[in-house]
Amino acid sequence: MTFESVLFERDSDRPAQGQTGAPAFFKDLNLDQVVEAITADWKEYDLTAYFHIPLRDVGAVTYRQEIVTDLGEKPVMMAVRVFSKQMREMRNLLAQSKEVHYFNRAMQRLFLGAAETYSGAVGKLLADLRQLRLQSRGLIAFREYLTEYAESVRFQALAEETKRLKEELSAIRYALQIRNGTITVRNYEGEIDYSVAVEETFEKFRKGAAGDYRVDIPRWEGMNHIEAEIQKRVALLYPELFQALEDFCTRHAGYLDGKIAEFDREIQFYVAYLAFVAKLQPAGLSFCLPQVSRMSKEVRADQAFDLALARKLLDKKATVVCNDFHLSGAERIFVVTGPNQGGKTTFARMFGQMHYLASLGCPVPGLRAQLYLCDRLFTHFERQEDPTNLRGKLQDDLIRIREILEHATSDSIVVMNEIFASTTLKDAVFLSKEIVTRLAEVDLLAVCVTFMEELASLNDKTVSVVSMVNPENPAIRTFKLERRPADGLAYALAIAEKHHATYDWIKRRVRE
Amino acid sequence: MKALLMFPDRDFELLAASPWNQGDLTQDLELETLVLAMAAGDEFVGDVARKALLCATRNDVGTVLYRQEVLKDALQNPEVVRGLYRFMGEAIKDSKRQSWGITSHYPSSMLYGATDLLEMFVGRLRALRGIAEEQTGRFHSRGFRALFAMLQRELSDDFLAQIEEHLTISKFRKGLLLSAELGSCNEATQLAPRKDSGKEAGWLQRLLRKGPPAYTYRLHERDEAGGRILGKIRDRGISRVAVALAESAGHVLNFFSMLRTELAFYVGCLNLHGQLVSRQLSVCFPIPSEPGTRSLCFRELYDVCLSLRLERRVVGNLADATGKNLIIVTGANQGGKSTFLRSVGQAQLMMQCGMFAGAETFEAELCANLFTHFKREEDEAMKSGKFDEEVARLSAIVEHVTPNAMLLFNESFAATNEREGSEIARQIVSALLEKRIKVLYVTHLYDFARGFFGREMKDALFLRAERKADGTRTFRLAEGEPLETSYGEDLYRQIFPGEKRVLS
Repeated sequence: MTFESVLFERDSDRPAQGQTGAPAFFKDLNLDQVVEAITADWKEYDLTAYFHIPLRDVGAVTYRQEIVTDLGEKPVMMAVRVFSKQMREMRNLLAQSKEVHYFNRAMQRLFLGAAETYSGAVGKLLADLRQLRLQSRGLIAFREYLTEYAESVRFQALAEETKRLKEELSAIRYALQIRNGTITVRNYEGEIDYSVAVEETFEKFRKGAAGDYRVDIPRWEGMNHIEAEIQKRVALLYPELFQALEDFCTRHAGYLDGKIAEFDREIQFYVAYLAFVAKLQPAGLSFCLPQVSRMSKEVRADQAFDLALARKLLDKKATVVCNDFHLSGAERIFVVTGPNQGGKTTFARMFGQMHYLASLGCPVPGLRAQLYLCDRLFTHFERQEDPTNLRGKLQDDLIRIREILEHATSDSIVVMNEIFASTTLKDAVFLSKEIVTRLAEVDLLAVCVTFMEELASLNDKTVSVVSMVNPENPAIRTFKLERRPADGLAYALAIAEKHHATYDWIKRRVRE
Repeated sequence: MKALLMFPDRDFELLAASPWNQGDLTQDLELETLVLAMAAGDEFVGDVARKALLCATRNDVGTVLYRQEVLKDALQNPEVVRGLYRFMGEAIKDSKRQSWGITSHYPSSMLYGATDLLEMFVGRLRALRGIAEEQTGRFHSRGFRALFAMLQRELSDDFLAQIEEHLTISKFRKGLLLSAELGSCNEATQLAPRKDSGKEAGWLQRLLRKGPPAYTYRLHERDEAGGRILGKIRDRGISRVAVALAESAGHVLNFFSMLRTELAFYVGCLNLHGQLVSRQLSVCFPIPSEPGTRSLCFRELYDVCLSLRLERRVVGNLADATGKNLIIVTGANQGGKSTFLRSVGQAQLMMQCGMFAGAETFEAELCANLFTHFKREEDEAMKSGKFDEEVARLSAIVEHVTPNAMLLFNESFAATNEREGSEIARQIVSALLEKRIKVLYVTHLYDFARGFFGREMKDALFLRAERKADGTRTFRLAEGEPLETSYGEDLYRQIFPGEKRVLS
């Protein structure tokens, strides 16, 4: 198999040119925040566009899921991250080299550094990948490509020359005598280090940190004419070596391989996502690779959560409440009711997010998940009234819903939040029943958040989900959503239970 | 070089993290009163005393006995110990007055400041050795003997002379010689100051000798930018010497402050000892035993902080709780129950940090950790919020508690009705006991206390605040089963004397 890309198995999986920009539902599902958070530390790779392209094909999703699984192995991830770090260093060195182009010897040395970092990165990545038992088609194919490249004459020559030059330059040690406005450059003759002598004397007092005795060692502010004069004199001490350095730069000007550069960028899609996942996992949140299907609409997830909310709550050190959901048989539509601030909208977002993330081939929030690979995802969330829009709000809502219904197919997913909240109850009930019935007729998957309990038992496709409160103290929101309400506990015991301070909890919690 | 007055093998760490429940411990056991008495106006002594008390449960039996020995030496030679403490304090104070250059972060000022400071330290070190030579015969503890021997051994004349030589060289009167390597853009890097052999040949001799080549660059007179760059290269060159000297000065200073810190603890003990003795209160060196041995036995154990505040003798208690895992204290309000609980906590911490205890005798196992769960004053929070707060506090303790820890409950879980409070308390205490945690519980929850009494456990002790037949209190506790009422009626009569009860 020839290697195409770690994101797309075949060239034909790539999106058509010009398809960029976030999907319409991104903001409603808070996916914009999620993607922003994921890519924040990876800005230089410009990854956002990759998160805007869902895959339509189960095979394309599995291609990525395999790579995720491989990267889930610590050594594999480590190998990739080490490689990326080196590639980033390489780019930095190249940029610096360009900056100092008017100081020849400095520019050449930085270029050599970049080439050295690159050949080191390639060599190390190959050595690492060879040690690993890779399972994914994508990484295996890449490893084959890398093997061939590393064995090529072109790369071998680069690696050898780089190594030799670097060693010889690094071995140079010379002496600088500074006195009254003169600098003399000569060979170093083994004089002893004075600061070491001082440290040795005071060794017996040495322990821990001595206090804040950092000096502001005048920072290296880049090349200047004095350094250039010093370099010129060092070059006089070692003329052949400096000539060889100059020749090297001419011969290897275009050393960087295109496929390898692309791999370095595309693999960050996974690295960034998994790093984000790793930040949430210590809080006890689970992620899983969902089973995706284009056939079965029996979706389910255990201990799932809203990714955007989880990130915010963790910043505030608050706990994240997880929820389960499942649809079986003819069930298609969750109708979510219950008190405000009880997690209803969160549930709806979570459902949408999970399906979208699954279509990217990414792990989804939750312990286990089986999800549907939809053709399109639609959301309808309440909008701020737009004063420039001449249509009324209700009319606007209806038009937006009609657009959804026009485009939605039985393969689509629709997430609706608080529809018709701004009209009279009688109207709202009537309209909502109409809409939900239509959604049911299309046989698509949907979540509807509403305050109208009438919708919950509309037909055999709707499933009622209720946001729960603590029955003994309705002021306490549990943020749990359940298909039926649970029994309450006595007040004091409920509090003890809440703080994990009952007999059973303490027995479990006390460390031995 | 270590002082080794607090531990046989390591330093006392003033900056060690206090246990997470330091706030509760301090408040519930009134530790600040104790700390104030130990400080006797010296804030630093107070800081050390506070840390030693709060971190006391980390010590093992060996450490406790080691400190007791040192403390006994200090009680024998109070003036020498106070004198040494003062001497270290003066050295540190002088250094602060003199150390402006050393923290400047400019290599040349730092070099100058460090040299200056070290010149002063050499004198102090010499004097310190003198004290050690003079006093060594009067001390018998392992701690003090090791300290004095170390000072005589390490601060030899040779060593002090070597320091003085460095201080002379570091002025670089004859220019600066550096070694250098090529950095990532061929710049001069890894600049290291070198000890110049001093016999460098002039350019003419070098030429005639055909010695190794040397290429000199002379700055143009008006090249001010070049001059600044050269100055920076020079600063980079001497920075390692400057840091080495400054750090050395810092290490010597640290040595001084570490010695002062460990002495401060014993100065604090001397201060407290003086205060208690002047009130004719008895103190004793406790007999510690290993955690898990469940020893706890004392005579005339009193609340040290209460006695410091009241300026009069306070009532002490007697009990033998050897082999007990659970001690439940019930009985009259204002009967000295909380005082008793505090006195146990204080004595436990004082023992574990190597001090004497406020008792005629005190014998106890070391606890792995000490926790307090005291009823908090009523706040604006509703009753339900208060109970919630109590349970949350307990939950935090559960997070940290380990076997052989000791947990002092004072009127816990009374913020809900008695039936529910008793049930919660029962669950919590049962679980803690099964996890081998020692529990002392002062309570009015009759259901709870009675329930445990009814189990006839060999490892439980029930104490009751005494009340004489006429209703007056002795403030002493005696063994006794929990009784249904807590004598609130007594309190009522005391506060409303002569009034008839509204309800008969």
